[in-house]
Amino acid sequence: MQHFSKKEYQKQVSKQEKSPWIKNLIWAYCVGGAICVLGQGILTYAKQMGLPKEDAGCVTSITLIFLSGLLTGLGVLDKIAKHAGAGTIVPITGFANAIVSPAMEFKNEGFILGVGAKMFVIAGPVIVYGICSSVIGGLIYYLITGGRL
Amino acid sequence: MTKTIGKRTLIFPSRPSVNGFYSVVGEKEAQGPLKDWFDLTIGEGHFGEDSWEKAESKLIETATMGAIEQSKLSLTDINCFFGGDLLNQCISANYALRSLQIPFLGLYGACSTMAESLIAGSVFLDGEFGKNVICSTSSHFCSAERQFRFPLEYGGQRPPTAQWTVTGSGACVLSKTGEGPYITHATIGKVIDAGITDLNNMGAAMAPAACHTLCAFLEDTNTTPQDYDKIFTGDLGSIGKDLLRQLLSDNAITAENLEDCGDLIFDSETQDTHAGGSGCGCSASVLNSYILKQMKQKKLKKILFMATGALMSPTSSLQGESIPAIAHLVQIEI
Repeated sequence: MQHFSKKEYQKQVSKQEKSPWIKNLIWAYCVGGAICVLGQGILTYAKQMGLPKEDAGCVTSITLIFLSGLLTGLGVLDKIAKHAGAGTIVPITGFANAIVSPAMEFKNEGFILGVGAKMFVIAGPVIVYGICSSVIGGLIYYLITGGRL
Repeated sequence: MTKTIGKRTLIFPSRPSVNGFYSVVGEKEAQGPLKDWFDLTIGEGHFGEDSWEKAESKLIETATMGAIEQSKLSLTDINCFFGGDLLNQCISANYALRSLQIPFLGLYGACSTMAESLIAGSVFLDGEFGKNVICSTSSHFCSAERQFRFPLEYGGQRPPTAQWTVTGSGACVLSKTGEGPYITHATIGKVIDAGITDLNNMGAAMAPAACHTLCAFLEDTNTTPQDYDKIFTGDLGSIGKDLLRQLLSDNAITAENLEDCGDLIFDSETQDTHAGGSGCGCSASVLNSYILKQMKQKKLKKILFMATGALMSPTSSLQGESIPAIAHLVQIEI
């Protein structure tokens, strides 16, 4: 092969068909929005049933996580997510899916090093950096306010 | 006497003959455009086993037994098995060979393994180290996904350049003598790295390797693509195939008879496979059904089979390495 330039080739490759981002954006907006509406519905209902605001928020998160886990187990969520993309990944539903799906996948490797270890393979970084940033956020808050709430 | 022509193309004066071949595929492949060509469909991906890895191992075993049966030989007539798969430590092949008990040389060339095994088998036979060998590879969508990408139920999106790992295996019996089709020439590929880093664009990573090997072969044999009925690349997919055409035309080669196994095996419009099929089982199942059956029917007389492999590793990709690729070529004729 005489004529081959890596740079030109990479330029040519970069011109290839990209993901249809407008379509993906609309899907993500609609599905993500629908999940938020559902969440709001659960929150309002829980408050109407007499739960305090914070507890009602907890109930909302738990319900959405449960639904996402259930739909992942039934093999439905990945089919919705295929179209919805960020619409299902960004809300708490995506986090639940990221934990449940490897837990299902790696059960053949046993409960300790299979399910137990692998279930955090995708969501692990979110937990690590989520906790780290909340600690840093807390320290900054403490330094600014001097510990007064 | 060296059995080479040109710079590096091997010739096999004894013309090893393909005396039996067999293909077995999964449910999705059996719904694709080549559905009538495959010998066996396994239905649901577990193939009666309790893990994807065991299912893949059974694919190799089934294809091997099918090919041996077709060649009217028995297991004890086989002198060596050349093959491998995509999984770490080539476990699908290892476990299949645990029960088959044939002398075994495991190969890894990612999706180029089918051509690699044909070359190794032909060299073995031409060197008169035995009378019959098996060449076989496999891949399984579910075992490959969990090793290279994400769990099956993870809700992610695949870009248009992504390919779908074929669930399937193909095996053939190569013998010292027989009625053909015959393996006559081979070019062993070099590792080519075009600097592609996108794990979802294997076609782009492999196309330069395919071009490199094909150019070397044509130069060594002093032939043009028009001298062959068809040139089958392994699993470049629709995008990689277009890129290869472009690269060939940059080198003043036109190959209108170029086909790609990954492009042939699925209908990307209706089967949602994006750029096409991939995996060792892709070129293996297409060669050992669609291609060799057409050669037996004398619809194809002289072809080039060039399986392409992206030698990708999740570890080196995370370390920022680009994806090296390789393509091996064999000439098959009746």
